[in-house]
Amino acid sequence: MGSGKKAPEQAKVVMDAESMAAAIRRIGFEIVEANPDVGSLALMGILRRGRPLADRLADHVAAIRGSRPRVGSLATTLYRDDLRAGIGCVKPRLGETHFDFNVDGLTVVLVDDVLAAGRTIRAAMDEVMDYGRPARIQLACLVDRGGRELPIQPDYLGEAITARRDEYVSVRFVETDGEDAVILGPKGEEHDAGSI
Amino acid sequence: MSGAARTAWTRKDLIGIEDLSRAEIELILNTAPQFVAVSARESGIKKVPLLQGRLVVNWFYEPSTRTRTSFELAAKRLSADTLGITASASSMVKGESLHDTLANIEAMHSDIVVIRHSYAGAPHILAQRHPSHIINAGDGCHEHPTQALLDAFTMREHFRKVRNEPRAELDGVRVAIIGDVANSRVARSNIWCLTKLGAKVTLCGPSTLMPPFIEKMGVEVSRDLREAIRDADVIYALRIQLERQKSCLFPSLREYIRLFRIDNESLRLAPKHALIMHPGPINRDIELAAEVADSARSVILRQVTNGVAVRMAIMHLLVNSGRMMPAAASQERGA
Amino acid sequence: MSLVIKNGHVIDPASGLSAKKDVLIEDSKIARIGHRLNGDDVIDAKGCVVCPGLVDIHVHFREPGYESKETIASGSRAAAHGGFTSVVPMPNTNPPIDNAGMVEFVIRRARETACIRIWPSACATKERAGKEMTEMAELRDVGAVAVTDDGSDIASSWVARHVLEYAAMCGLTYLAHCEDASLVEGGAMNEGFISTKLGLPGMPKAMEEIMIGRNLRLAALTGAKIHIQHVTSAEGIEIIRRAKARGVRVTCETAPHYWTLTDEAVTTFSTNAKMNPPLREAEDVAAVRAAIADGTIDCIATDHAPHTVTEKDVEFQIAPFGVIGLETSLALAITGLVEPGVVPLERAIALMTSAPASILNLPVGTLREGGPADVTVIDPKAEWTVDPERFASLSRNTPFAGSKLRGLVKATICDGRVVFSL
Repeated sequence: MGSGKKAPEQAKVVMDAESMAAAIRRIGFEIVEANPDVGSLALMGILRRGRPLADRLADHVAAIRGSRPRVGSLATTLYRDDLRAGIGCVKPRLGETHFDFNVDGLTVVLVDDVLAAGRTIRAAMDEVMDYGRPARIQLACLVDRGGRELPIQPDYLGEAITARRDEYVSVRFVETDGEDAVILGPKGEEHDAGSI
Repeated sequence: MSGAARTAWTRKDLIGIEDLSRAEIELILNTAPQFVAVSARESGIKKVPLLQGRLVVNWFYEPSTRTRTSFELAAKRLSADTLGITASASSMVKGESLHDTLANIEAMHSDIVVIRHSYAGAPHILAQRHPSHIINAGDGCHEHPTQALLDAFTMREHFRKVRNEPRAELDGVRVAIIGDVANSRVARSNIWCLTKLGAKVTLCGPSTLMPPFIEKMGVEVSRDLREAIRDADVIYALRIQLERQKSCLFPSLREYIRLFRIDNESLRLAPKHALIMHPGPINRDIELAAEVADSARSVILRQVTNGVAVRMAIMHLLVNSGRMMPAAASQERGA
Repeated sequence: MSLVIKNGHVIDPASGLSAKKDVLIEDSKIARIGHRLNGDDVIDAKGCVVCPGLVDIHVHFREPGYESKETIASGSRAAAHGGFTSVVPMPNTNPPIDNAGMVEFVIRRARETACIRIWPSACATKERAGKEMTEMAELRDVGAVAVTDDGSDIASSWVARHVLEYAAMCGLTYLAHCEDASLVEGGAMNEGFISTKLGLPGMPKAMEEIMIGRNLRLAALTGAKIHIQHVTSAEGIEIIRRAKARGVRVTCETAPHYWTLTDEAVTTFSTNAKMNPPLREAEDVAAVRAAIADGTIDCIATDHAPHTVTEKDVEFQIAPFGVIGLETSLALAITGLVEPGVVPLERAIALMTSAPASILNLPVGTLREGGPADVTVIDPKAEWTVDPERFASLSRNTPFAGSKLRGLVKATICDGRVVFSL
């Protein structure tokens, strides 16, 4: 394993760097196929690890079509549904929502590393729509680990990985973690980043 | 992520700065920027659902357009419901006690009560005995914590931008607070906040309006305006209340202006980069000359804008921090 | 019917007695103090101190006019609970005790409703307005034991001088509440670092010290007998000390909160820490204790000042001044003065019996054969926690709620009757 935390004993790599790269390249093609007009496309990465994924996808789109789509970041922390119910509590911030374009009329592709319950995606949709009225919203995920609590499905998916409720699935990117890998392991050993 | 980001908010109320740790202050200051962005949304809705379904009551014994509207806007931008109670409309005039009025408010299931009161200690009594989250919007001459927090936020925001240091803090920054310190809750809260953040505070004003032993709060006192502002990075002017002149605390406005007014004349001895601040409302041309208040180095309007964001951050932290939910809080406090 | 108090350690400061003795009471008089005495009723005072009924020359019983705070009846019960058999209530009632009819009212109400001895004081000026003298000779003749405008000072030195002279002529002591009111506009607590921090208007020590100085000068000028009430500050004590050394006929008192608490007690904004004069600073508390030890302070007086819970349950700045004290005074003396060695137990008892009685020439405060049977039985070692809900007073405004104190009154006997027993 590369730099960063030592992988816990029972955790295992379920996608290595090569398979990740292949999946990301394929998603890039699928996005272009569905949205030939790059000028009206915006990839919004859901922080923290959705952003490096969105950047890579944007690079692929640029390589295919010759022009790079808009890219932005969504923090979604201000739109969580658990605070209102008194369930969760304020956690350390992962960064701030940042994008420098108007979403009206655009095709917004939400980009996240792991899809689980679907609540983060719902929060992301609420947030985007408070900024304006996109023409459509789509969802691209590298991994779908199941455990849905809302009727939300990805339009573009890298890989479906079955994980038990007591297991975590975590994606590592070179940009954020020093290596590319998808890890499956028992819960309690690593902070399950960003998948509510 | 720095250590400060790992601090969690655990207090039921925000009554004053005196008891807050540096980490708690920084938590508030670091939570505010995301709310600055919400208010700055150009095309979108300037709202987030963090306090949806909650009730924020603004209970103002003293009239105050500026602070009251700031709190109201902050609550509304968090999607809370708001209710404003002003003294003349409330039962206080009929002789109803502080407790009875608050009990009536709570019968409406308030989550947050923002209280401004002419007497020090009123928020403490309420916080001890009532389950709502109490925010002190100014109690007598004692504290005005949200003002100090938005002032520190504004200073920090400015220095980060101007020095191009996105992580700069206020350590070593020199702040001169000028005016009627004795009667200023803004001064007291600012002294606590700035000294805890490592800034150096100098006070200056008529000695009849300088409280005794104030040096024990960790500040210097200067009798001469020019000396006080000579090295200042921030010049903070306090409002002088015109009634003080009648109770023989200084001889005339004319003399006050000559000795203590911040104007182009007195600023000639201050550093060019010194920031001009004021808690508002300004007595134009009395403590602060109009041309200085409107000049490029005045961040007074920035203070107002940041006030909404800082108050949003505070309300969010109070309500959404998981601990000290209202029902549990009343059990913990006991009678 | 006779009552004997057996096996106790009898302390009578007036005679210097401090020994194991029995005390026999018959027909509301002390019949004998001796060994192996017998009587119809027995109080076993083993392990206890037996002393004269305590005397407090500064209390507020609020009747007439403020009966929700306290009445002569409830105040006397509170006094009995605290071991007191004689008290001097202050005349700042409504209407004030500034004429013979009002003195007679207090005496009648005491006879009808009080379980202990009430020695009324009367105002020095009419309506306590500080302008015209009261008819002090008549007031004395109908039973007033002292004159005072307590609650305020006499602002005009002209009036104060003449009040002192006239009171002296009538053989009455002037009880002086020393305060320069013009210096304390709106003040709510001691002026110092705490008041600066809390943003509360302060009452500087000078407010007392200026008037202690003025009143003592006038006492020296007139040769009058003056008693300085509720002394709190180091400088004030020093002024009194020097006046005594010069032969001025001055005595003074302090209250238990002034040797126990400082202005730090106000930081919680509890109105039970608000009284006038206010709690001062650590150096003043030390000076009060030193003055008790060296005899500059002549006696202890509680300044028992009841206010209803509703009246005190308001913002600090507008709450009325005052705390009660009859039911905690003895324990605070034992815990705060005797235990740390400031004074021995015999002296503490003297400060609460023979000393205050002799200041006003009251025929009480001592145990002697043939004298009035006012006796208090105390367990000086018993520990207890102050619970205001259990007070006999109608009011609850004590700064000591929840405090663990040592020294408990087991029984109070007044005029031969047991008026309180645990």
